[in-house]
Amino acid sequence: MSTFKKTTLVLALAGASLASTAQANEVEVLHWWTSGGEARAANVLKELMEAEGYGWQDFAVAGGGGETAMTVLKSRAMSGNPPSAAQIKGPEIQEWGELGLLGDLNGVAEAEGWDELLPEVVADIMRHDGQYVAVPVNVHRVNWLWANPEVLEAAGVEMPTTLDELFEAGEAIREAGFVPLAHGGQAWQDATVFESVLLGGQGSEFYQQALVDLDPEALGGEQMIDALEDFKRMRELMDEGMSGRDWNIATAMVIEGVAGFQLMGDWAKGEFTAAGLTAGEDYLCAAAPGTEDAFTFNIDSLAMFRVTDDEEREAQQALARLVLEPTFQEAFNLAKGSIPARPDLDMSEFDNCAQQSLADFQRTAEEGGLVPSMAHGMAVRADIQGAIFDVVTNYFNDADMPAEEAAERMVSAAEAATF
Amino acid sequence: MANVIRRQTPAARLGRGLLYGVLILAALFYILPLVVMLMTSVKPLSEISAGSLLSFPQNPTFAPWTKAWGEACTGMRCDGVGGYFWNSFAIVIPAVLISTTIGALNGYALTKWRFKGSELVFALMLFGCFIPFQVVLLPMAQTLGWLGISSSRAGLILVHVVFGIAFTTLFFRNFYVGIPNELVSAAKLDGAGFFRIFWRILLPVSAPIIVVSVIWQFTQIWNDFLFGVAFSAHNTQPVTVALNNLVNTSTGVREYNVDMAAAMIAALPTLVVYVLAGKYFVRGLTAGSVKG
Amino acid sequence: MRDSLPMKNTSATPLGAGAKRSTPSGGLQAWLPRLVLAPSVAISLFFVYGFMLWTFVLSLTSSRMLPSYDFVGFGQYSRLMANERWWVASTNLMIFGVLFVLICLVIGSLLAILLDQKIRQEGALRTIYLYPMALSFIVTGVVWKWLLNPQLGIQAMVQGWGFESFRFDWITNPDMAIYTLVIAAVWQASGFVMALFLAGLRGIDDSIVKAAQLDGASLPRIYWRVVMPCLRPVVFSAVMILAHIAIKSFDLVVALTGGGPGYATDLPATFMYAHAFTRAQIGLGSASAMLMLGGVLAILIPYLYSELRSRKHG
Repeated sequence: MSTFKKTTLVLALAGASLASTAQANEVEVLHWWTSGGEARAANVLKELMEAEGYGWQDFAVAGGGGETAMTVLKSRAMSGNPPSAAQIKGPEIQEWGELGLLGDLNGVAEAEGWDELLPEVVADIMRHDGQYVAVPVNVHRVNWLWANPEVLEAAGVEMPTTLDELFEAGEAIREAGFVPLAHGGQAWQDATVFESVLLGGQGSEFYQQALVDLDPEALGGEQMIDALEDFKRMRELMDEGMSGRDWNIATAMVIEGVAGFQLMGDWAKGEFTAAGLTAGEDYLCAAAPGTEDAFTFNIDSLAMFRVTDDEEREAQQALARLVLEPTFQEAFNLAKGSIPARPDLDMSEFDNCAQQSLADFQRTAEEGGLVPSMAHGMAVRADIQGAIFDVVTNYFNDADMPAEEAAERMVSAAEAATF
Repeated sequence: MANVIRRQTPAARLGRGLLYGVLILAALFYILPLVVMLMTSVKPLSEISAGSLLSFPQNPTFAPWTKAWGEACTGMRCDGVGGYFWNSFAIVIPAVLISTTIGALNGYALTKWRFKGSELVFALMLFGCFIPFQVVLLPMAQTLGWLGISSSRAGLILVHVVFGIAFTTLFFRNFYVGIPNELVSAAKLDGAGFFRIFWRILLPVSAPIIVVSVIWQFTQIWNDFLFGVAFSAHNTQPVTVALNNLVNTSTGVREYNVDMAAAMIAALPTLVVYVLAGKYFVRGLTAGSVKG
Repeated sequence: MRDSLPMKNTSATPLGAGAKRSTPSGGLQAWLPRLVLAPSVAISLFFVYGFMLWTFVLSLTSSRMLPSYDFVGFGQYSRLMANERWWVASTNLMIFGVLFVLICLVIGSLLAILLDQKIRQEGALRTIYLYPMALSFIVTGVVWKWLLNPQLGIQAMVQGWGFESFRFDWITNPDMAIYTLVIAAVWQASGFVMALFLAGLRGIDDSIVKAAQLDGASLPRIYWRVVMPCLRPVVFSAVMILAHIAIKSFDLVVALTGGGPGYATDLPATFMYAHAFTRAQIGLGSASAMLMLGGVLAILIPYLYSELRSRKHG
């Protein structure tokens, strides 16, 4: 974006920034942590802020995996009245940064030593133009398989470690009278399953080429066709009531023993925890079949908008500092199911799923296999992600579309990038 | 149009029976979702997962209603949808009054004081009915920013007035077309002015169409979600936004009964308006708005 | 206040109906209506036409997350034409719009005619037919999503009665899901159309019908040939309101199907919203909004024109 455009935009937006909704000394935080576990976790942050004498105006907008919240954010930004902080992540942080709307957190980053504290891959995402503009809240792993042990036992199957084993186990579970794989028919859930299946069947190198680098040969090649065919077979494991079902309702099916498995990121653990279940006993976790040497990450973060009021800026800096405070990191991630954004914390309070997650995160960061999640907006820009979603979900729901055609469309989806 | 079927021959009686049959069947189709909502909202959660949709509640409870009103959590705030009610009223009442007043004056000016191009003005305004609201979100956001009323109730009121006057003008224009021009002409001869004629001649007979306009606007604005979510801040959200938040927020198990109770609460004001004023609504429509 | 206004009306402006007999203060009085209308016209010009123009300008730019003014000609339009999902959305609007308007008109007029036969409890029935209009599409969507869900709703219920082979799973079928939108939307709006028609029927002079009856015409024939033609303005009002609802049924799609399965129930409104707001493609979203507006106007303008014209002269 040219400097000229940036300047005009900032001028246009600054014109109305007088009418800020947050009072001095408090932050208005726009987020979509609305489900039970998430809200409770976010509350810890609010209490920490209030303990230091800062106000917290909670602006939660539920629905559509943050889509509604993003609309609100754009509307607020257009009116020159953005909230102090907003839940923005991945490449989107860069886009907001390019518009010149984010304030920098260098002061607090330096004082707290973020450069040493944060893993490089995390810190990279938080910086725009070399400046810290956002603070990471957690690291989610997306390629998880969740299971109800009672259902597995009733069907006489073990946790699958390959896709073939998953299909076999699924058949046995179906015969035993359960739904093999709990799923909700929403585009992002379809994409979540797709990326885990692709990763499990084709490996992290191919994943990187196809879904991160958008290499047309990978997108349209044999491996993609194989991955798409595996993905379509997943349908056989799902039930017919899935249309429009929310992800946590699908998780509830595993909790209640209606379904055997769910392929979902570790935020699902927040639901298991909220239901009072214990990892390893009442429910099982394992890397999605075939992906034990890979880690698809999804990092939640809070970006800070540029504000003019000194006291509000001070509150923002305090917020950024408190987000990385061990108290909050531990409480939040225990409730949300993810692992802390800073790897130096004592993990003894965490369950074995989280401990495995952290170990795998560090191992894959060194040995390779650590990849950003396409389905959760960490890998590619929103427009390309959307175009890939369209192909994936349309292919998945259209019984007649051959995998070859879907692969071709995948190529053109990546090409259809903006001007 | 009444008294069309009068004879009571066996065939006519059969026809009557058939007539009632069809009407009652249709009534079932319309009422079914409401019944399901109501019954679900007073069932304990265990009964919902066990029973079928239409099973009668075994142990009716009002707990879902009290929870939806004041306890259910949205994000970190556990205050139900009750508090957002007043936000909605604070937005709806001024917006309805202003848009109806403007619509009435417009309709009056367009029919009783026709001038060259008045039809064009009407057609121009009519298109306002058809602009999809998604299109205006961003420009509106910027405009509200310029005016310094973004994220405030005043901003939401302005938005609803702006996109409501097309319909209110349509209603009043079509109604006033049916009022004889002679009355107005005579008053003009007597030297009565624009506002005086409106006040003395048009307004006293406008009750039916005011009812229509108020009901229509009230329903539209109360039920609005898109503007409500896009142009509000944490403390000005209307009840539909709270409902959406509540329905999309769940803790482990989805509480269908609380969702349904919240949906009923959010819908209650408009439902009451329709049930109580439905008769006047149809009467108002009869009185002219559909005559063109 | 009124008197202080300058009397500019010396150049003989045509004053229309009442003006010929106007009083000496006619100049001012002739301008007052225009003054009263002026704010509304200004509002329309700015908030409707101005915003349309603004959207059109944006559709010529490469705007992504927020508007920018980097012009790329009609590039966004050609990208839109090449977008398969856009065509699905447009086709869906045609199917949905036509079915929704027609079915509402048929059901609405039939119910109104049946209800006009001196029915006992007419008030109660009318209220039952009418109340769905009071609900927001969000509520309608939530309830129907539940009723149409094969495992929770109607299918499960009928199967529970013993009809094991009964299937009603349109909402999960990409080819049929668009019709579930029609069902829910018709449920919501047809009672309102009934009220419009009922009002129209009550406004018809009894003597016309009596005369036709004396001529020995059968009841259906009377309705078709004598009554329906009188209701043309009602049809006009109904079509206006229904078209307005059809174009704006964004909330319903979001709450009922979320555009799915896949994007089988996408409408231009949801397409535009998804691209402009979720996918940071404001340019493309604006182009789709312009085409949608163009399509709607292409259908509505001729209808509006012919209706308004024929009534003025008829």
